[in-house]
Amino acid sequence: MPPISFTVNGKRETVNVTPDTPLLWVLRDTLGLTGTKFGCGIAQCGACTVHLDGVATRTCVLPVAAVAGKKVTTIEGLSKNRSHAVQKAWIEEDVPQCGYCQSGQIMAAAALLAKTPHPTDADIDATMTNICRCGTYQRIRAAIHRAAGA
Amino acid sequence: MGARSEVSRREFLQTATVAGAGLVIGFHLPVGGRRGIAYPSTFAPNAWLRINPDESVLVMVDRSEMGQGVTTSLPMLLAEELEADWSKIKIEFAPADKAYINPMFGMQGTGGSTSIRAAYTPLRKAGAAAREMLVTAAAQTWGVDKSECHAEKGAVVHASSKRRLTYGNLVGKASTVPLPQDVPLKEPKDWKILGTRVNRLDTPSKVNGEAGFGIDVKAPGLLVAVIARSPVFGGKVKSFDAAKAKAVPGVRQVVQISTGVAVVGDGYWPAKKGRDALDITWDEGSTASVSSASISQLFAKNAEQTGAVARHDGDAQGALLGAASKIEAVYELPFLAHATMEPMNCTAHVRADGVDIWAPTQFQTGAQGLGVSIGGVPPEKVKVHTTYLGGGFGRRFELDFIKEALETSKAAGAPVKVIWSREDDIRMAQYRPANYHRFQAVLDASGQPVAWTQRIVAPSIMARVFPDNVKNGLDGEAVEGGVGMPYAIPNVHVDYALTDTGIPVGFWRSVNNSFNGFAVETFIDELAAAAKKDPYEYRRDLLGKAPRHLGVLNLAANKAGWGTPLPAGRARGIAVFKSFDTYVAEVAEVSVDSDGVPHVHRVVCAVDCGPVVNPGIVEAQMQSAIVYGLTAALWGEITIDKGQVQQSNFHNYRMLRMAEMPVVEVHIVPSTDSQGGVGEPGTPPIAPAVCNAIFALNGKRIRKLPIGKIV
Repeated sequence: MPPISFTVNGKRETVNVTPDTPLLWVLRDTLGLTGTKFGCGIAQCGACTVHLDGVATRTCVLPVAAVAGKKVTTIEGLSKNRSHAVQKAWIEEDVPQCGYCQSGQIMAAAALLAKTPHPTDADIDATMTNICRCGTYQRIRAAIHRAAGA
Repeated sequence: MGARSEVSRREFLQTATVAGAGLVIGFHLPVGGRRGIAYPSTFAPNAWLRINPDESVLVMVDRSEMGQGVTTSLPMLLAEELEADWSKIKIEFAPADKAYINPMFGMQGTGGSTSIRAAYTPLRKAGAAAREMLVTAAAQTWGVDKSECHAEKGAVVHASSKRRLTYGNLVGKASTVPLPQDVPLKEPKDWKILGTRVNRLDTPSKVNGEAGFGIDVKAPGLLVAVIARSPVFGGKVKSFDAAKAKAVPGVRQVVQISTGVAVVGDGYWPAKKGRDALDITWDEGSTASVSSASISQLFAKNAEQTGAVARHDGDAQGALLGAASKIEAVYELPFLAHATMEPMNCTAHVRADGVDIWAPTQFQTGAQGLGVSIGGVPPEKVKVHTTYLGGGFGRRFELDFIKEALETSKAAGAPVKVIWSREDDIRMAQYRPANYHRFQAVLDASGQPVAWTQRIVAPSIMARVFPDNVKNGLDGEAVEGGVGMPYAIPNVHVDYALTDTGIPVGFWRSVNNSFNGFAVETFIDELAAAAKKDPYEYRRDLLGKAPRHLGVLNLAANKAGWGTPLPAGRARGIAVFKSFDTYVAEVAEVSVDSDGVPHVHRVVCAVDCGPVVNPGIVEAQMQSAIVYGLTAALWGEITIDKGQVQQSNFHNYRMLRMAEMPVVEVHIVPSTDSQGGVGEPGTPPIAPAVCNAIFALNGKRIRKLPIGKIV
């Protein structure tokens, strides 16, 4: 197993795992970054969303070999002290319930706002496809609009 | 959102260190279960509270946080009477201990929408007694009479001399004050925290990945196990060959446990690959012949037989026999999986000297009991560390995943985290019972119902988990909501045909109310239609002696603009239902597109749960419960073939997403009446409200769920 190197939250990491290991499990089990969650394993729910070279990406089906040389940002690296506009809006709107999907929701929302600073409800519907079993969608929508206005 | 709580939230963010720390093995709980084991520098007058010299106020949260907000609402109860500075509140999850038994269960557990009802008086009393002790300590320090002092925002004040001592400075002296009895509680008009929209204490840790769920537990030497279980319910391992699994890099051990074969590895990925590589022969057992079709046939057959009587008013059978015409309907609802976002998991370390269990569990007493039986150690040697739960919905009241972790750790001789794949989670669970209802009714000449019968045909959850609760064929929980049918009808008969199917059944958000709510609120809608009456007015006129039902019904109808015009192609449906002592009415606005797909645009919800602790959380729980029930109504269906679940993941067990989310408006009835729960009661009314709207729109009566496409 040749080592695989990539950048996580600004830090260079080199891992020795089988190349088919999904990035999700490298983040969680190898690097100890447990903020990114396992939900389905088939890229349906989005709980495992990170930014890969700035693009929202579901990592439960992404082999780590495909990440070599790239830049990964996880929820832990989104900001210092919860200072990203999306995190602040999430706190203001008191979005999370169980909270398990929220890392993925926040990463998806941050990527949406980076590309579309003032999304419409239709933009949000089209982009925010992550599953929340607690049904926090209404507050997520409000928080995205709040972050867009910030 | 008032200015006061804005400030509190900012202050909180600067100081908060919410939970999470308790997730690392080797962590020791700082507080014992009772008064008397407090640390000298800490004021710990009861099992729930510890005030430290640094002014922090630690609240032991003895219910599981699965999204319903107990990490905020329970501390609010205590902080109100304590006159605590809300920004100084920190929380920790309580260990398994008799001090934390849920008085509504007699066990330490979270469910049945009981948390606030059970804690409402005890936690306020605990806060009031602690406040009195702090006031006494300050008065003694100053040499003044206690009656000249009062508490406010984390300090005791002697107004006439303008002296002030913060709680942190009083911890030593307060610890020597005898525990006062029967301290009067504050009047609601004097509340500063209760009844306000305080933001959740767990939110900051849930926006940066810090909140520790069960699946996030870390420990030195921790291994991960993925388990192969019989695809047929009740099946057993006949034989297995571990060679291919052991050849997977990172797989350490393969061990047999009671539910199957556990592959133990360095992480989830090698363990999962190893599990998938196992060669196992199963003895499938008798359930292998069961299918959804055979279950439906069994239900229909049992619906023709007499059931155990659950309610009997007047003479409904007599009225039916003498009637010139009657209205009949049959409803059938499927098994449902919980699909918590966090798949089942548990970490255990079974050692000769004790057992540690780190679990996203709703049932600490049960977890501890398994630690005793599997670990072979006394209860005080079994430490249960409750993590955040990535959803519960009743699934985490089960103990299967805890038992597996204990057995695997014991067999492997190491700390082990068992993780279920999503497929395991959907296919190996305990499901909301499938169920079948046969209704008959008679109307008089004016359309008023004079007789109503419901036969409920369903498996019994109690028969599996607490069989003593089933008496003479009657599971009192299975008929909940049917028995509680609130309409003024002189002749009512409700009975129950307990029908086991071989498929395990369990508690699913709102439990049996989820189907009886649909059945009762659809059938009353059918009666309104037969009587050619407006479905809201028909209900209203039959609820004269049910004031709290009527209150939420009228409020929801009013706020929804019942009777006012809607855009073309839309219609409204209504339902009202009481569960967990809370009354909820919902009005759904629905359209059906040209492909027959229903769209729910708006839901207006009115709720009367008695005194409200946190309206922001009540609102969130109603939205949540509506999404949960709506998802099931639209698509939710677990089907069985050859004793196996046919669904496996979110591609074929569909979840509601943002684009399908209706606008949900929640209106809370101001109430000082008896208190109800809020986690579940929002779920039962949504399916009938939506289906009644579809009927209003196009005359298609939905008698079988899920709705799917309307053809």
